[in-house]
Amino acid sequence: MDLSLSTRTEGDRTVIAVGGEIDVYTAPKLREHLIDLVSGGSYHLIVDIEGVDFLDSTGLGVLVGGLKRVRHHEGSLQLVCTQDRILKIFRITGLTKVFPIYATVDEALAAND
Amino acid sequence: MPTVDVRFTALPAHVRTARLVALAVARRAGVAEEVLDEIRLAVGEACSRAVGVHVKHAPNEPVTMRLSDDNNCFTVEVIDAGTLEGDEQDAAFDPLDAAALAAADANESVPASFGLAVIGGLVEEVAISSENGATQVRMAWPASPA
Repeated sequence: MDLSLSTRTEGDRTVIAVGGEIDVYTAPKLREHLIDLVSGGSYHLIVDIEGVDFLDSTGLGVLVGGLKRVRHHEGSLQLVCTQDRILKIFRITGLTKVFPIYATVDEALAAND
Repeated sequence: MPTVDVRFTALPAHVRTARLVALAVARRAGVAEEVLDEIRLAVGEACSRAVGVHVKHAPNEPVTMRLSDDNNCFTVEVIDAGTLEGDEQDAAFDPLDAAALAAADANESVPASFGLAVIGGLVEEVAISSENGATQVRMAWPASPA
């Protein structure tokens, strides 16, 4: 399964819905997309990975890279995910302390972080 | 003796193939269904790391993945043609410092040891050995063939 990306704007936030597998092969596509968004002035990102079937450390690296880029502009990067098998890698790596993770896009939109 | 021996060109696209083959063999070996996600991730991490090593040091050499299911044990060995990188030797199984990671330079998203640290946090039985210019990541899970 390849990676799918769909982006929309909700107020001052940009919601990126990601589907498929984020691994060493597909992660560069997500990286480029995040770089393009930040270059275009989108600094408050919600990355919805609820539709992601597989995420490895390369994918985490891309998300960490995205977080660093938006923070450079005093922005934010929130994640949306409820799948335990995906959340597990965030727990193993301690990244649950780095990313605010929400159950739905609406919850992420309602939060201020 | 390996049940399945896979050799693949060091290209990121083949890592997914390696994951799928490992999962198929794990299922056949009788590994519990709830462990399959762990195997999928661990094999992906080991193979991604090996591909990265080959791209840097031996682009023409194939990566080897050996899958065995002897003695109620499913074993995956991923063998590359490189030695452990500096920070991998220092920190192969150390817990990740998430704060330091997030504060590091934006251009270098994660350190080279990140994949091994994920494997270390994920898999109970894992051994990493490096000799004669090759590194082997060996991971094992219990299996009970039908």
